[in-house]
Amino acid sequence: MAVSCRWMRAEMALFYWTLRALVSHWRRHPVQFFSVLTGLWLATALLTGVQALNSQARDSYARASQLIGGEPQASLNAPDAASFPQALFAQLRRAGWPVSPVVQERLVLKGHEQQRLQLMGIDPVSLPGSGSVAGQRLSQAQMLAFFTPPGRTWVAAQTLQALGLHEGDQPQTVNGHTLPPLQVQADMAPGLLLTDIAFAQPLLHMQGQLSRLLLDNTFAARRPTPPAALQLKQGEDNNLARLTESFHLNLDALGFLSFVVGLFIVHAAIGLALEQRRGLLRTLRACGVSARMLILSLGVELGVLSLLGGLLGIASGYVLASLLLPDVAASLRGLYGAEVPGQLSLSPWWWLAGLGLSLLGALLAGASSLWRAARLPLLALANAQAWHEAHGRWLRRQGWVASAALLIALLALWLGDSLAAGFVLMAALLLGAALGLPVLLNGLLKAMLGRSRAVLGQWFLADCRQQLPALSLALMALLLALAANIGAGSMTSGFRQTFNHWLEQRLTAELYLNPQNPAQAEQLNAWLARQPLVQAVLPTWQAAVQLQGWPADVFGVVDDPTYRQHWPLLEAANAPWDRLLQDDSVMLSEQLARRLNVQLGDTLSIPTPQGSWAPQIVGIYADYGNPKGHLLVNARHLLAHWPTLLPARFNLRVAPQNVPALVGEVQRAFALEDNRIVDQQQLKGWSSQVFERTFAATAALNSLTLGVAGVALFISLLTQSQSRLGQLAPLWALGVTRRQLMLLNLGQTWLLALLTLILALPLGLLLAWCLDAVINVQAFGWRLPLQVFPWQLAQLLGLAMVATLLASAWPLWQLYRSRPADLLRTFAHED
Amino acid sequence: MKIKALCCAALFLLSACDKTPAPETSFAGLGSEAADFTQVVPGKVFSFPEDHGPHPGFRIEWWYVTANLKDDQGNVFGVQWTLFRNALKAGPTQPGWHDSTVWLGHAAVTSATRHYAAERLARGGVGQAGAQAVPFNAWIDDWNFATHPGAASPLADMQLKASGAQFAYDLRLTSSRPLVLQGDKGYSRKSDQGQASYYYSQPFFTASGSVSLDGQTYQVSGPAWLDREWSSQPLSASQTGWDWFSLHLDRGEQLMLFRVRQKDGGGYLTGTWIDAQGHTETLHNADIQLTPLATTGIDGRSIPTHWSLKIPGKQLDITIQAVNPKAWMSLSIPYWEGPVRFEGGVGYLEMTGY
Repeated sequence: MAVSCRWMRAEMALFYWTLRALVSHWRRHPVQFFSVLTGLWLATALLTGVQALNSQARDSYARASQLIGGEPQASLNAPDAASFPQALFAQLRRAGWPVSPVVQERLVLKGHEQQRLQLMGIDPVSLPGSGSVAGQRLSQAQMLAFFTPPGRTWVAAQTLQALGLHEGDQPQTVNGHTLPPLQVQADMAPGLLLTDIAFAQPLLHMQGQLSRLLLDNTFAARRPTPPAALQLKQGEDNNLARLTESFHLNLDALGFLSFVVGLFIVHAAIGLALEQRRGLLRTLRACGVSARMLILSLGVELGVLSLLGGLLGIASGYVLASLLLPDVAASLRGLYGAEVPGQLSLSPWWWLAGLGLSLLGALLAGASSLWRAARLPLLALANAQAWHEAHGRWLRRQGWVASAALLIALLALWLGDSLAAGFVLMAALLLGAALGLPVLLNGLLKAMLGRSRAVLGQWFLADCRQQLPALSLALMALLLALAANIGAGSMTSGFRQTFNHWLEQRLTAELYLNPQNPAQAEQLNAWLARQPLVQAVLPTWQAAVQLQGWPADVFGVVDDPTYRQHWPLLEAANAPWDRLLQDDSVMLSEQLARRLNVQLGDTLSIPTPQGSWAPQIVGIYADYGNPKGHLLVNARHLLAHWPTLLPARFNLRVAPQNVPALVGEVQRAFALEDNRIVDQQQLKGWSSQVFERTFAATAALNSLTLGVAGVALFISLLTQSQSRLGQLAPLWALGVTRRQLMLLNLGQTWLLALLTLILALPLGLLLAWCLDAVINVQAFGWRLPLQVFPWQLAQLLGLAMVATLLASAWPLWQLYRSRPADLLRTFAHED
Repeated sequence: MKIKALCCAALFLLSACDKTPAPETSFAGLGSEAADFTQVVPGKVFSFPEDHGPHPGFRIEWWYVTANLKDDQGNVFGVQWTLFRNALKAGPTQPGWHDSTVWLGHAAVTSATRHYAAERLARGGVGQAGAQAVPFNAWIDDWNFATHPGAASPLADMQLKASGAQFAYDLRLTSSRPLVLQGDKGYSRKSDQGQASYYYSQPFFTASGSVSLDGQTYQVSGPAWLDREWSSQPLSASQTGWDWFSLHLDRGEQLMLFRVRQKDGGGYLTGTWIDAQGHTETLHNADIQLTPLATTGIDGRSIPTHWSLKIPGKQLDITIQAVNPKAWMSLSIPYWEGPVRFEGGVGYLEMTGY
């Protein structure tokens, strides 16, 4: 007992002194310490930041879809999403249908005109499923309090805060109606106000009308035939998570890219630290410290570092996410109509997962160093150049791995047919290129060396090769970051150009009117026909359908030159518009065609209240930014299958100068809400805004990756500058001035960086092609033409050169400042 | 008589009947408003068909049917159908969703070995549930108790329909006998403190139709009983529960009796003896000897499912047994309700507060 106790104490003491000896290195090399920390910090920050954004958004979808009954509910809707008479509710209940009425519409509160809010009115008594609302089963007392005056308006805490209101407040709508008192509920969806249908109907001007009927999922699963005016939508069809999947996958991919770049830094710094501590490790082993103890100490050191880096990273990830969240929320709202609160609320799991990621990353990045330390030969001569000599072998091996990665990329391109395969393609391409970079640079330098005659020139190139191993990781990071930037930048700019051009063509009508209800649609139709200012009225009928489970809208249009001249088609049969008018035919959006895997000439199977409808495809058009499927048919055909439909929208051709006058007339005659009268300019403005916001977060993350790469290069150069003294001292002794040395060094760094940047160009363009032709197609269903923007490329390259210059400036300054005595000392210290 | 509802429905599904105290204060206000509702006073003259419909001035009201059925193979079934109307506040109700009525439906089918119950809840004002006198109809969702078109008198020929996850029934109820006013010409006392309700019955229905249990359908027939009752006052605080019987005697007479149990162990016991012609005679505490003989354990409660009943004045001395002692209504208000049999007849028993 006493013996084992003493042994334990001795072990502890040994551990302590070993650790102290190891840690003393960091004290002498604070820059290395900070580079490890920075690497871990950046890697964790970007990845956890992105994950915070994604989990926040997904949580919001879950809240919205699980608001009633804890799961997405099936529902009965009017095909054109219009309201319908409330009498259908009782009629269906009395026929044994377990339905529950819902009214839902946009609501504008007085004094909060900019806040997007939805008011939802429910009947808590007839709710389907478990009958729970916002995560809780209502007791009968709560139910009573909910629907007996003054009632309740349930709201999420974040939404209440965003409105600057308090519990118990009774805000007013812009029309002066008062809401029941606000009450915070934990599991409410953001941006939603929930109240009893008795209060909601008058607030929304929907007395006697319903927006939809919720239907018990078990009952809906038996696929009952709904009454003529309604169609059945299964619960899973409502799922926002499905529509937004690609969006989040893209964010995830960016986050992982940054994680990898950050780990490159860690790997480089830890590797360097190990090289420099070789002597120390050998001394410790010679003093009797076991390999196990050494690894344990190194492991503990790495663990503490990763914990520190992780904590820093999570904190910054949180800040990053809260900075990006407004943009992400705006794009999700614009693209998918998904409400995500603008304030972060994260579970403890997120924090723990972030720390875990940091630990895992540090382990990954440090594993090879630990492995090498464990196999350190005890009695080998001190040879700091050992791994440089082995570099040739290592390069060859790396060359093979790079080739294998590129082969995988090719296979993924050839065989893959999914978004995951697209990302495998990109990851393998990037990995192959990064690993191949040192091999390629080495080969290039070797070739140049063969041509060089001057002595100093030969030294310059040979020394460049010598530096390669130490710099290669940083250069890889630079390559990856720059290529990713070129790729994403080209894709975004190309997309913007395509999108704007498409918008310009597609939005031809000068004014768009959305009637409030079917009755108004009829009045509007008659009224518009009498207006002299209106050159043409193009009514549009709309029906929502599910095609192979994917949500889509069928639009019925009249035959008009406006469509024939301005509706751009990507692919079309002969005389497509004539065929659309005469034949039983349909046009559909590119993404829907891909999703359903149909082509021109195929027939499509569309479920209608009258049974299945199988029109032939005569055209495929672009429909950028629409997550839902889009189908275009002649109104005559649409109304044959949905006889009860009334126009959902009127597109008006008006002379541009007459638009304001006509808007005035419409408002006088119909008291239409502002958001129901939209002119072309507004619509274009909104669309571009949504587009810009969608890519704002991407662009921000992208520049961050470039920043991370710059930091990586800086750290590598800095750590290297000290070990460089040994190689530079002989040159100095031979009479090369420090000034010349500095310029030579700068030239070397620039040569390597420039070569890397030049290689990054084709890689970036290849990446852009992957994004345009593979990732976009798989994620969203549309293919974009590859466009090259030379000015943008030049800017990026310039930026990268500036980053290189900045990264090399400080280490070189230090070199320049090094005293002759330091240079002399390197001779004395040479082992 | 459906005393359960008198207590529970008044408190709108509060678990007050389940011995747990009412937790929410919002209901406490209801009690104080009781005075605003129309009060039950002796001397009301009933008027039909109007009184078959709802009485909105009163706080609570119910339409309640039980039937003792049998198929050709001699399988015995009991069927229950109840619709409660609960006014959440006194005074005229508003149209549409602002209507302050809540409707509650209970339905059950009992066989010797199985017992299935279901519950429906609905708000008034939008047509999901309701009742009307002419033509008579009381409904909640697809549960229905309605006069067949062309019936000779409002309650002469009825359809009774309900279903749950594992059961369904569709019965035709016919009767040519007059209605029976319970208590003092329809004024039925529930305690010595003055609690009372308006109460009439149709104990002479003949039912026939189909009953489905677990997907199997049986053609059945047998006697059925309708109770109609409305009031505004809950039971007094000292009353804990009740045992209520409706019995069809083979010799043509009908018997309704109930005992409201009190905390101190006593009880308010009363009943109505209905002869084959529909003439009634009120029975008092002293006329009736009602004794539990054996109990059944359900959900940790001890329920008397075996009774001795003696009414010496009517030469009645019977032992009443539950057809299925496990006829527990596991609904938002749990209680026991099921068919019973005895030498010389069948009937229904409801017990609460155990």
